[in-house]
Amino acid sequence: MIATRDAYGKTLLELGRENPRIVVLDADLSGSTKTGIFAKEFPERFFNVGIAEANMVGIAAGLAAGGMIPFASTFAVFASGRAFEQIRQSLAYPGLPVNIVATHGGITVGEDGGSHQSVEDLAIMRSLPNMTVLCPADGPETSAAIRAIAGYKGPVYVRLGRAKVPVVFPNGCDFTIGKGVTLRPGSDMTFVTTGLMTAQALEAAVILETAGISARVVHMASLKPFDVDLLLQAARETGAIVTAEEHSVIGGLGGVVCETLAEGCPVPVERVGLRDVFGQSGTAEELLIHYGLTPGHLVEAAQRVLRRK
Amino acid sequence: MPDQATITELEQTALQLRVNILKMLNTANSGHTGGSLSAIDALTALFFHEMRHDPGNPRWDGRDHFVLSKGHAAPALYACLAEAGYFPPEDLKTLRRLGSHLQGHPDMKKTPGVEVCTGSLGQGLSQAIGLALAARLAKREARTYVLLGDGEMQEGQVWEAAMAAPHYGLDNLCAIVDANALQIDGEVAKVMGVAPLGPKFLAFNWHVLEVDGHDICALLQALADAKQTKGKPTMIIARTVKGKGVPFFEHKASYHGVPPSDQELVDALALLGHA
Repeated sequence: MIATRDAYGKTLLELGRENPRIVVLDADLSGSTKTGIFAKEFPERFFNVGIAEANMVGIAAGLAAGGMIPFASTFAVFASGRAFEQIRQSLAYPGLPVNIVATHGGITVGEDGGSHQSVEDLAIMRSLPNMTVLCPADGPETSAAIRAIAGYKGPVYVRLGRAKVPVVFPNGCDFTIGKGVTLRPGSDMTFVTTGLMTAQALEAAVILETAGISARVVHMASLKPFDVDLLLQAARETGAIVTAEEHSVIGGLGGVVCETLAEGCPVPVERVGLRDVFGQSGTAEELLIHYGLTPGHLVEAAQRVLRRK
Repeated sequence: MPDQATITELEQTALQLRVNILKMLNTANSGHTGGSLSAIDALTALFFHEMRHDPGNPRWDGRDHFVLSKGHAAPALYACLAEAGYFPPEDLKTLRRLGSHLQGHPDMKKTPGVEVCTGSLGQGLSQAIGLALAARLAKREARTYVLLGDGEMQEGQVWEAAMAAPHYGLDNLCAIVDANALQIDGEVAKVMGVAPLGPKFLAFNWHVLEVDGHDICALLQALADAKQTKGKPTMIIARTVKGKGVPFFEHKASYHGVPPSDQELVDALALLGHA
């Protein structure tokens, strides 16, 4: 178990050692986002702008325009919400290569409660032209994704989490922007998942196997660009889809899957995620149960979608 | 001290640029007249005297940077860029037209010489800080200039950036406020007062200068003063007149986002001696 934010902090430090153009910005959360690890070794390339997210994004834009490779971090709720219009105007509109790496995405933020739990950030960021939107499953994939976006041609939003999550990928795994990964073969239905829900779906698939149901698991860390071909192949071959995300069912993974299938291969879909509600205080584990994001809930969703096949 | 010949030449350039702004706005039949005319003297001082730049090589590594935070004054910027040779003056006729590289607000991906994308107010100072930090990290001599509006000072992000620039000791950054005292809905002082700007920026640890924003000599002296200031950024508060140069546009909020009509253009050019 490792938190994706920890993998981020460690990888950022490695990148900093390799490339003097890497610069990092934070808005008074460097201990939590783990950018503090980079800051300690490279204080001259680290800019803590204070509690001023809008300014952070603007400065990051200027740094990118001046030839640097900026990583800017804060909590997902502030990155996607507080600084939305700065991301739109200063980054997405010109397509400037700035990496917004937002930690504390979703409800597993836990005790801080609904004010700090972004359930809409993926939807917001997906809607922006030129944006790339990533939501890795675990530590190793986060490291690979962070390496992949350093030096990428345009703006990227990466959603990471606070809580420790199970490891799905091997260390040193590859990461390709725009590509999904089939983690488990299956023929009866497919779980299409992102972020920490991928590990939950792998567990659910094991449970389903004991009931004689063959569940495929397709992990989509890249919500945009989206691996349309891999999704359509799963839809054609298994005929039923369950999406799972630690996010609202509106506009995120459930959104992109339904949009894609409606045009390309209409099959029954069940969306697992937050049902258009905000989060609340609690432990990460309690909240996953409360909002229906456990392997057990995924098994039920699979059974529902199979009945509709 | 700049010599009189230099100043006279720059004044002539500013006059020609005013003519070009009015013509392009009239042709586009859309755009921001008042704030382009109030800003043009400061832009003239920057583009035709103060800044190191190479129109033949817009991305030249040794260039100084300019950010038009009050992006709606794009006609003033485009007039300067065309005059300097970044693109042919005929292009000005395509302002705001479908497919034109001269968008309603500055677009770095479309227009040579434009450094960042602006238009949504309040963001340019932050971007300028980023450019100044990048230059410092890369050990480039480049200076970064940014022009803001006084109404724009109402945006909260400006004050986030106002805190940050002196914190980072950015003496390679010089901001200019085109203080024409008017915004879309009327007088800045009545809509939401931002005065006193000088003491505010002094309190934020900036080096602050106040000048007549239509006095080329005063602008050049302020820019020279800014360049010699060490350890902190400079804010030049340029007192200006909205619509400056065309008496029937002057001091009028109603000409914020309105282009000159055909008759107004004829009258304005006559008043500017370009009939």
